[in-house]
Amino acid sequence: MIRETYVNALTLLLLVAIPLWAVFMDEPFTITLMTRAAIFAIAAIGLNIALGIGGLVSLGHAVFFGIGGYAMGILAHHAQTYTPLAEWPFLIDGTKSMPLIWLVAIACSALAALVIGALSLRTTGVYFIMITLAFGQMFFFFAISWAEYGGEDGLSIYIRNGFPGLNTLAPIQFYGLCFVLLCLVLLFAWKLSKSPFGLALNAARQAPMRVETVGLDPKRVKLVAFVISGVITGLAGALFADLNRFVSPTMFSWQTSGEIMIFIILGGVGRLFGPVVGALAFVALEHWLGGLSDYWHIYLGLLLLVIVLFGRGGLIGMVSGREAVHD
Amino acid sequence: MTDPVLKTQGISKSFGALRASRDISIDLFPGEIHAVIGPNGAGKSTLIGQICGTLKPDTGSVQLLGRDVTHETARARARVGLGRTFQISSLAMEDTVLQNALLGALGASGRPWRFWKDALNDKDLRATAEEALLRVGLEGQARMRTAELSHGQRRQLEVAVALTLRPKALVMDEPMAGMGAEGSKRLTGFLDVLRQEAPILLVEHDMDAVFALADRISVLVYGEVIATGTVDEIRSDAAVQEAYLGEDA
Repeated sequence: MIRETYVNALTLLLLVAIPLWAVFMDEPFTITLMTRAAIFAIAAIGLNIALGIGGLVSLGHAVFFGIGGYAMGILAHHAQTYTPLAEWPFLIDGTKSMPLIWLVAIACSALAALVIGALSLRTTGVYFIMITLAFGQMFFFFAISWAEYGGEDGLSIYIRNGFPGLNTLAPIQFYGLCFVLLCLVLLFAWKLSKSPFGLALNAARQAPMRVETVGLDPKRVKLVAFVISGVITGLAGALFADLNRFVSPTMFSWQTSGEIMIFIILGGVGRLFGPVVGALAFVALEHWLGGLSDYWHIYLGLLLLVIVLFGRGGLIGMVSGREAVHD
Repeated sequence: MTDPVLKTQGISKSFGALRASRDISIDLFPGEIHAVIGPNGAGKSTLIGQICGTLKPDTGSVQLLGRDVTHETARARARVGLGRTFQISSLAMEDTVLQNALLGALGASGRPWRFWKDALNDKDLRATAEEALLRVGLEGQARMRTAELSHGQRRQLEVAVALTLRPKALVMDEPMAGMGAEGSKRLTGFLDVLRQEAPILLVEHDMDAVFALADRISVLVYGEVIATGTVDEIRSDAAVQEAYLGEDA
């Protein structure tokens, strides 16, 4: 526990120090990489609530990532083309305001997670994985055929959306925004894991029958966790689209779902900082190995294999050992 | 005579051609320990499932505190006041002993939708959980991982979790199984006191415990109650002798 705390603190320190160093050295690309890692970390923290605490192996979290992305893309597209989003029943305009876009992303992800969760939670195990995967593919193919918003080509947004008081076009400022959101999401995930709800969710993963016997509904607990999880991943999707100023159906693809899961497995399933460490490691590998070979996924695969076989607690587990009992 | 706390009326349950419960009517009165014994495959688990709400009887009804709960879920019955301990421990093994007890307290509080407050520092939850652990004698193990407990200690924790619900009736599925002689004796003493708080429907293989504790015994054979009576009546019942006790009594 103590060593894990050090690892966590070191991770936070890196998240602050590397971008500051990059500003000093005038390396904007490094800041972009760190922003990418921070956003991936948020997405994975979302999944970690469902997967790590609730044991819900969702291979469909790209749905929420994509919904967040398209919420940004569609709203900004209408704003930049000066076309209304809807004229009936009342006029709705697009927007270039990040807080508004986030609200829409959160609301849409919550709704999608509620529907997908309610249907998927009727199953467990492999069937749960398959049905969440199927939902992911449905959204993917829907996005591909949605010609109004770019279909297969996706949507480009010319200028990054704005946040009051910030110049989001400055890489370090946009990074700062993502970093603060990451810290808030981490704080929430930490509090949730220790809360009465976290206790119930944790037990619902290990012994659903027990939860039922004390008069609580394990399925409802898991559904609420799934919605919270989807909302956080959806928020990350909106940020990711803003980072790239581009959305495409790829955000909905099953590879995206897989990558979000890989972040968690790399870092450590169920550990607070697992998704953060995993996302950082993934982005670093993608950058370095990707520079060496187009087939860098082979090495990623090997690394995953080693971690799953030998370091059952992910990278954090390899460094800090088995998770200690909480007090 | 007072009303029974728990009562089944003619419940039957079949799985295909197997008639696991045949027209079972048993009841449980305040302050009582009513033991259900029977050979393996007699349908004890099926009976418990129907009483606790994990199985639906094909016919017949289940009443809890005078209320028909036949069509209610297991968790609704738990909220009415039915406590249950499992034959195979179904505790959250990775969690601490205290966390398991807290889960019971959380269920009893009916307020799981709190995402911010620290469950371990919630005074009410903690008081309920610690009191239950103290009563079963696990207060010293509160911070241990449940997986590290001995078999007997897990049984004690099962009982503690049930106690956090302040049950009006308890259904215990082989609480003595796997316990050493010493632990078994201690638990027997504890159940003897507990019955005043909540009557116990006790499904148990340990005949010493059953004969020491039970006010009444029902004998289940092939899904059917072949006899119900006091310890002495059951001991001297010819049908029971033949069907069950004959082998090892």
